[in-house]
Amino acid sequence: MNRLTDATRRKLLKGAAALSTLALAPGVMLVRPAVARETGKPATSNVRWGLLIDTAKCDAGCDTCVTACRTENGWTGHDRPQTDPQWIRKVTVTDKRSGAALSLPVMCQHCAEPPCVDVCPTGASMKRADGIVLVDKHICIGCRYCMMACPFKARSFVHEDVTDQKPHAPRGKGTVESCTFCVHRVDDGRMPACVEACTEKAGRGAMIFGDLNDPNSDIAKAVSKHVTTRIRADLGLDQGVMYRGF
Amino acid sequence: MTSKPILQVIDGDSAGYFTLVGWFALFVLAGLGAAWYMEHNGHFVTGMSNQIVWGTPHVFAVFLIVAASGALNVASMASVFNKSAYKPLAPLSALLALALLAGGLAVLVLDLGRPDRLIVAMTTYNFKSIFAWNIYLYTGFFFIVGVYLWLMMERRMVRYSKPAGLFAFIWRLALTTGTGSIFGFLVARQAYDAAIMAPLFIVMSFSFGLAIFLLVLMASYHWTGRPLGDYVLRRLGKLLGVFAAAVLYFTTVQHLTNLYASEHHGVEGFILAGGSVYTALFWVGQVIIGGIIPLAILFHPVTAGSRSWIGLASALVIIGGLAQVYVIIIGGQAFPLLLFPGMEESSSFFDGQVATYAPSLPEVMLGVSGVALALILVAVAIKILPFLPQTLDDASIDPHFKAEPAEADASDEEEEDAAGVGETAEATPGT
Amino acid sequence: MKHGRIIGFLLVLLGLLLAAPMPVLAGDVPLPHPVKAVKGSQCVEPVDTMRREHMNFLKHQRDDTLRGGIRGAKHSLRQCIDCHAIPDPKGASKDRTVGPFCTSCHEYAAVSIDCFQCHTAKAEDGGKQSSRWRHKAGGENLLSELRTHLQGSTKEARP
Ligand code: HEC
Ligand code: HEC
Ligand code: HEC
Repeated sequence: MNRLTDATRRKLLKGAAALSTLALAPGVMLVRPAVARETGKPATSNVRWGLLIDTAKCDAGCDTCVTACRTENGWTGHDRPQTDPQWIRKVTVTDKRSGAALSLPVMCQHCAEPPCVDVCPTGASMKRADGIVLVDKHICIGCRYCMMACPFKARSFVHEDVTDQKPHAPRGKGTVESCTFCVHRVDDGRMPACVEACTEKAGRGAMIFGDLNDPNSDIAKAVSKHVTTRIRADLGLDQGVMYRGF
Repeated sequence: MTSKPILQVIDGDSAGYFTLVGWFALFVLAGLGAAWYMEHNGHFVTGMSNQIVWGTPHVFAVFLIVAASGALNVASMASVFNKSAYKPLAPLSALLALALLAGGLAVLVLDLGRPDRLIVAMTTYNFKSIFAWNIYLYTGFFFIVGVYLWLMMERRMVRYSKPAGLFAFIWRLALTTGTGSIFGFLVARQAYDAAIMAPLFIVMSFSFGLAIFLLVLMASYHWTGRPLGDYVLRRLGKLLGVFAAAVLYFTTVQHLTNLYASEHHGVEGFILAGGSVYTALFWVGQVIIGGIIPLAILFHPVTAGSRSWIGLASALVIIGGLAQVYVIIIGGQAFPLLLFPGMEESSSFFDGQVATYAPSLPEVMLGVSGVALALILVAVAIKILPFLPQTLDDASIDPHFKAEPAEADASDEEEEDAAGVGETAEATPGT
Repeated sequence: MKHGRIIGFLLVLLGLLLAAPMPVLAGDVPLPHPVKAVKGSQCVEPVDTMRREHMNFLKHQRDDTLRGGIRGAKHSLRQCIDCHAIPDPKGASKDRTVGPFCTSCHEYAAVSIDCFQCHTAKAEDGGKQSSRWRHKAGGENLLSELRTHLQGSTKEARP
């Protein structure tokens, strides 16, 4: 038997994480939203993950976040725009009268009251204790009712066979999928790929990710300082994704 | 006086019968093939997309499910509302209801992304989901109508058929409410977010179900050469007229209430005046072909009494019904979601754009196979079990028959609650 | 009489509705000899238990991880792959895959699993960053662990 004590595990884990950062990406210091949750511990509702997007720092010409997400989660398409999945997209919003426009990324908004979860017949659409909305693809039957219910068009249906998936992001034909807040990274104490890329690759820092329940987190501080809004706030879904500047 | 039961199996040994069943079987097989093709390749081979997530299969499935509960009308009128004239027809009505529901559900299931996980859908439930409730409503419907059917056809049990009929009637109202609520609860979509969806679906079910029933009744009597009097047909025809009018009325209310809220002006303008295929389907398909023309036929003194006209009106109601469900399901999705009301949106994911959709052949084949499945079930069932009355000529049906069919609306009261089909036969003058 | 016919009819109807493709019983498939694990000297549970219970472990793990958020647990599918994936016997590809190991028994037992429609069957070799892998015998230290990990890709499968 091969059981590690929890303490050894944790030591190994932290050491391995530190080592791999040093060895594989010298010079890059990853911003950490929080420490990785201890191995073997479930997500809890003490944490509520949130994302704040400052549209003033976001540019219509930039889609670094989209590319980063696609690379991280491997949702490359087949050049069929109607059926290819899009976990995150840049939307341009134009005021019809003045012509003023802004650009912002839209992905799963990780609602506290997610309509997709309410309508799902099998419970495959689910909200984790820490507020991350996911599809449990093991019991998804591909009925697409969640896609009918989502006000943000955040979900995609996998319309054809998938090969060469990323190990941390299994995907397969006939099920529904969407942004996971990069749950595999977050559980590991890392930032979602889009947030990391926005800061490190694009140098914009338009996205702040963190724990809304922790008053000392960057996101909680920003949210308490600036007026923020949510897409279709009228629906009262209490999304985890918030915006500034529209 | 003869004690021979009035219900009798059809012979079903003619070349015509086998040709008919053969055709239905062919369509069912084609539908299975289409489903296999869609699952094997993935849904990208259909017209459906991430914009239009429910397509033609859902139009047929919803139509059939809605019609199923409506097909039970005739039985309900006999058992619950004591209309004695319909008693001999009640078993056929219940059978048709079961068959239509089976056809609709088969289509729905075969369109799933993972039909192989049907067992998951049957064993894992999220009780907040209307879909999950519907699974119960559908299974319950099979069970309750099945029992009801048995009580009606088993002579010793016939006296229990009335409470069973009442229960089935209530259940079917719940079922259609559930089906309508699948759409009514979608707050995000401008076209659906309305409580009127549930009652609208109920009147739709009355109308579509009765239209299908009329056609099945006429066809089976015509092909088996059994006598079918005008009395039944005229009464059912009149009823169909009332239901078709009710559908028009509820549709009007649906759109008027939506027009009242300015936030829904966009989608209303799109459907009612957008010039798209949905506008045409709405006005020409649903309103004119499925509403006004059948109404004219069914209430005009010249055509109202003619069975070919009644048959035509039923067919038109069905066509209009399909158009209506198409407009609701696909037109409702074609109108873009408003993420930023009042603003213009654009993206690589078709935000702010009216979605395009064209039904693909496999989808249509799958949808039609649901209809074929329902019909083949009926055709086989009436051969195995006695569902069809031997005769429905005026003499055996019309309580006031006096050689010259009287205006027969006056009194329909039926005193013998317990009287079942067999007893009716004995009580019928002239048998 | 009628009674019986009606019940019979309802049964036929039910049968038609529920008719599911019956699994064809396996014919003359040779008895399975699963290939040896590439890594590790022991499985995550005693071999006997694994043979009988692995599907239940996996099912629990998948719910614990996906729905509960428990990571790095013993029965993780990614770790099965890490130890049990073998290089392509035909040498067509350098990647180690777990397919041959799992199918060796499943073919015999006429079980078909859909896991690898979504989960990649390939082991994560080639220095891809994965901060969470561990699972070697308790005594080994971190460096040797990392070394074995990196060597995994070049190791031959034992016959
Ligand atoms: C630390 C590496 C390691 C991990 C992780 C691991 N195994 Fe094993 N497994 C082994 C070894 C070693 C054996 C013993 C037989 C051998 O050498 O192949 C074994 C044996 C087995 C057997 C019995 C094979 C036989 O010969 O009958 C099964 C089944 C099995 N493992 C399944 C799994 C599953 C499922 C997982 C993931 C939950 C898993 N293993 C994870 C190393 C591992
Ligand atoms: C339709 C796609 C799909 C299929 C099919 C599928 N999975 Fe998964 N599985 C996922 C996704 C998505 C995750 C979440 C990955 C994450 O968050 O790290 C996951 C996670 C898991 C996990 C937890 C993560 C890990 O590696 O331990 C286990 C265990 C698992 N699946 C087992 C299975 C088994 C066993 C099967 C086959 C019976 C299976 N899965 C089939 C999509 C799928
Ligand atoms: C020692 C032989 C053996 C090996 C090796 C093996 N399995 Fe199995 N597995 C079985 C048997 C036998 C069953 C069927 C058990 C039953 O039906 O009760 C099964 C069933 C399963 C099931 C449940 C299937 C279902 O439909 O219920 C899953 C999931 C599964 N195995 C996953 C795996 C994975 C993943 C691997 C490779 C890492 C693997 N197995 C390797 C023998 C094996």
